[in-house]
Parts: sequence; C-alpha cells; structure tokens
Amino acid sequence: MSGNSSEYILEVNNLHTSFFTDSGEVKAVNGVSFNLKPGEIMGIVGESGSGKSVTAYSIMQILAEAGRIIEGEVLYKGQDITKFSKKQMAGFRGKCCSIIFQDPMTSLNPVYTIGNQIMEAILLHTNKTKQEARARAIEMLELVGVNEPARRIRQYPYELSGGMRQRVMIAMALACEPDILIADEPTTALDVTIQAQILELMQELQKSLGMAIIMVTHDLGVIADMCDKIIVMYGGSICERGTADDIFYSPSHEYTKGLLRSIPNVNNSKERLIPISGTPINLLNMPKGCAFCSRCDNAMKICLDHKPEELAISETHRASCWMNVKRLMMEKEAGGVKA
Amino acid sequence: MSSEYLVEVKDLKQYFPVSTGFMKKTSLKAVDGVSFSIRPGETLGLVGESGCGKTTVGRTILRLYQPTGGEVLFDGRKVTNSNITELRKEMQMVFQDPYSSLDPRMTVEDIIGEPLDVHKLYSTRAERREKILNLMELVGLNAEHARRYAHEFSGGQRQRIGIARALAVDPRFIICDEPVSALDVSIQAQVVNMFEDLQKQLGVAYLFIAHDLLIVRHISDRIAVMYLGKIVEIADADELNDNPQHPYTISLLSAVPIPDPKITRQRKRIILQGDVPSPMHMPTGCAFRSRCRYATEQCARECPSLADRGNGHMVACWNK
Repeated sequence: MSGNSSEYILEVNNLHTSFFTDSGEVKAVNGVSFNLKPGEIMGIVGESGSGKSVTAYSIMQILAEAGRIIEGEVLYKGQDITKFSKKQMAGFRGKCCSIIFQDPMTSLNPVYTIGNQIMEAILLHTNKTKQEARARAIEMLELVGVNEPARRIRQYPYELSGGMRQRVMIAMALACEPDILIADEPTTALDVTIQAQILELMQELQKSLGMAIIMVTHDLGVIADMCDKIIVMYGGSICERGTADDIFYSPSHEYTKGLLRSIPNVNNSKERLIPISGTPINLLNMPKGCAFCSRCDNAMKICLDHKPEELAISETHRASCWMNVKRLMMEKEAGGVKA
Repeated sequence: MSSEYLVEVKDLKQYFPVSTGFMKKTSLKAVDGVSFSIRPGETLGLVGESGCGKTTVGRTILRLYQPTGGEVLFDGRKVTNSNITELRKEMQMVFQDPYSSLDPRMTVEDIIGEPLDVHKLYSTRAERREKILNLMELVGLNAEHARRYAHEFSGGQRQRIGIARALAVDPRFIICDEPVSALDVSIQAQVVNMFEDLQKQLGVAYLFIAHDLLIVRHISDRIAVMYLGKIVEIADADELNDNPQHPYTISLLSAVPIPDPKITRQRKRIILQGDVPSPMHMPTGCAFRSRCRYATEQCARECPSLADRGNGHMVACWNK
C-alpha cells in the first residue's frame, strides 16, 4: 500500500479472520486488503459465506466469541486499530466508525425507548448534557425523516415499522458524525419501496455529511445504484475490484462473470439464465488453489494448485484469475509472432 | 366440463379474527376480493410488499386456510372441503423456506414419498422407490442421496427436494410461494431454470409468488400486483413493465434496484411517502390513496374495481 496514509481514511492490509469451532478453524476472511478515501461509497458484494460481513465486523472488532483477527492490520487515519485496547475501541466505535445491521427488528433493544438508545451514543462520546443529547436525538430523527420526532423518542421499537426502525438505526449510527459508516445489508429485510426510501436517504446524508460508506450486500442492484467502487468477494478473499462500470461492463473474474449471467437481463427479461453450477465452498475445507475453481467452467490445471495473484487490468480495475494471466500470455505470444 | 382456464379465483376473501381487547373482536382483511385466472401451462406472477396478502392468497386456494368468501374453480370444478384432498393431487405448493418446510426427522426418500403414500399412488414398495428416484433425477438430485436427511443438503438442494415432493403426485398446478428468495443469487438461477424446464416438460401451471420483480418478470407470462389485500393491476409481464398504469405499480417498478449502473444513473426513482398502512386500520375507499400522488376525494369514497384497459391489461384506479 502507498506510504501516504493521509489520502485514505481507512486502510485494510492483508486481513485474516478465523473462527475456531469444534469442527476446526473456519477461515472466514483470507488476506483481504482495500482502502477507503473520505466520502467514498464502497460496495462489498458476495454470497452468503463469502466473508463480506465478517470483514465488516473485523473492522469494528465485534466478532463473535470464537472469532479472532489472526493477521493483518486495519489503519484508521494511519493508526492500527487492531492494536487498540478495549477502551480505545469503545471510543472508536460510534465516534469514528458506525455500523448499521441487516435486521432492524432485532438490532434495537426492545426494552429501551428509541430516544434512550440514540442518546446513549451521544452521551458516551460527547460532553453534552442530557438535555442537549435529547435535542440532538430529535434533530437526528428529523434528519432521517422520522415524522413527529419529539413524540417518537419516547416510543419503543415495537411501535415502529421496519422502515422506521432502520431510520432509527441510521440516526443512531450518525448521531456522533462518524467518518465511516458500515452498512451491513441495510435494506435486505425491507420492502422495495421502503428500500428505495432508505437508499435515497443514505445517499443524501452521504452528500450532506460527507462520510465514507462501506456497503455490504448481496444485491447487485443496490450495488450498481449506490457505489463508486466495488469489491467482489468469494470464499473469504477478494476476487475482483474496480469501479461500478469495470465490474458490470467488463467483469474479469470468472465468478463475477457468472454472477452477472445468473441474474435476469434487464433489457431482455425472457433470456434464459445461466447459473453458476455447484454449491458455495465449505470454508472448513478450502481448496489449495483458487477458491472458485470447483464451480468454474474454465478452470485449468494451475487453478487447482496455485492461488491466482491479483493482476491489474486497468488503473482502477484488478482481478485475481488465472484466465487473465493466460490471456495476457497469449496476447504476448501473438505479438511476438507478429514481430 | 372444462373451460379455457385451469384455475379461476373469484372474489376470494380471507379475514382473520383479531382480538383487540376484552371481548372485542375485529377482522383483519388479509385478502379482500381477489379474482384472477390461470391457463393450463401458464405462469402468473404475484408480486407485492410484505403483508399485502400474496402468501395468504396461495394458501387459501389450497384451503390451508378456510376462505371467508369467494370461490376457487379448478378445471371448472368448485373447490370445496369435501373434494380438496382429492384436488391436492392436482394442486401442490412449494414453500419459501427450504429449511423449515422439510421434516428434519425424515429421509429425503420419505419426504418425497409422503404424497405418494397419502394418495396411494403405488402398488408395490419397488414401484414407490422407482417413482421417488425418477423424481429425484427430474429435479437434478443425486439418487444416491435418497437415504440422507434434509439437513445434509444445501439450501438450493433442499428447495429441489421441496419441488420433487410437490411433483410427486403429478399435479397440473403448483403454487410457488417465494421459492427462490431464501437462496443465493448464483443458486437462484439454477432453481429458476429448473422451474422453467419442468414447465416445458410437464406442462404445469404456476402461481409464482415473489417480491423480486426482476425474477418474476423473467419467469412469468402475466403478472398481478397486490396492495393491501387487493389486486391493483394485472397485465402481460412485458406490458406491465413497459407500460404500468397504476401509480403503485409505477413506483414499485421504479424502486427496483437495477443491476446496471448506466440505467440507474439515468432513471428517476419515484419515492413513495410513508409506510404501508396497517391492514387493521385501512384507509376508506382505495387502500393506496394515503401514499398516492393522484388521490382525489373520489378515492376516499369508493374503492375502484379492476377494469380492462385493452388486451387483458386490468387496472384498479380512478385517475389513471
């Protein structure tokens, strides 16, 4: 990574996270590296078990008990937060970086009022008095489009609809104006019309507050809609990264290509889908070579034994697939013959 | 007696009693006067947001719930309590959750064989086994796995087991209740293709209930859009997408995230204000008027009924 750390607000270098279970070590994240500029929206896309949520949880250090970061660093403004103490981490969460979870039904505490839960973060991270915190909570609820905020802060989560609860989650996450917002499948549990409201709200808030967003999702539509740059994960590693146009119009990893072929074509909806064969890999039993090779139609001998290196395709676009190396070699050969 | 349609649903109503306090009861109108028909071998998509009653429609057709009103005709025959057991040989269901809809204590062989047992569709054990193995092959499951339990399979494979179970009685109509929404994108395509292949091979008709509009548009011949217990629009799949009429359909379509950055950058979303009203406190007149941009006084007074706007494109709206 570049030595100039001030350009990036968050740098993740060679992150490895494992869960130690009774049946063995589950390598959920295997050497993930990326960086994030202030105000950027980055998407992490992948199917269940690809390690996208664990990557997000590793940054926040809110892994389940069996999970541990075993290698790598996470730099926030140049400081390695994996070395932070518990107390330092508590200061980091909420103030520098916040997270919104998938399920607004279960991630709010049912026995506290909404106002209480929003004020908790404000009181913890700022020197505001209770009155000031309450005013701030009302202000935040208004910002995220909750009607009658002064009445709502006295209500309990069960009194609100799913979309409203997700707004409350966002208000809570943004109350201390973090630099980074991690959204872990923020709209998966919501209906399409409510999803559109929430995505619109997040885009507006990102523009007005200027925070960076890491959007974790499996929905390619949401990714296309929201993100400047995209990371595609499979089996705990990044298989391709690039801008939205790179990923959607010139996918360069067999998995990304397969993923795009397996969703209905927008312009020709009756065209037959081309599924990816097989089932997602078992993280307990990772192959030696490329994680995707057992499901790949173009797998070669080298894919079985050697992990592909990340190869730059353009300035913004990188992919880890032996097919690109093969193509490059063939181009070189063809060029050589001509010369 | 047979008609053009395989399944006709006429003014179907399903109210659930809800107690609202001591000795007080009111009814929740989950489905309130739904009518549609499905031709043999056709796929009708049914879309709508959660709580709009789309699942209840599916379950009421199969009499998993006792309908409050209306009737269902299958091949011209009225479905009643006395003939439903027999008619379940013709109508089957595939459920949303492949994890909870299979008995964890039964082997795959017994799960798929249960409908055969119920309807006594075999004479010898060997015939039963042969039928089960054929079904497993049909849905792309390895016949060697017949003795395994459901938990040994992945989500996509479990959904195949559920489909094999539905196909066991050789039905002509299958209700698919969100059959792919619990699956990963790459697995969804496998299951969707299988539904299409089975339809081509066996000529079954589907009622395909889902909330993913891209998938529904792909698989359906016609699509019905539901909002709070009523159908607001029915049309051919492409017609509905290219030329939606009802304001709810328009905003629903504009809210679907499209996996194509160039298209999303150009289009304008129509964001609906507010939430879906609770079916306990429905607005008077048109149920959608509280979120509708075109709502007038007439909408508050009377509920519009579905009217044909040409070529079978039915819309229930006063203003469009």
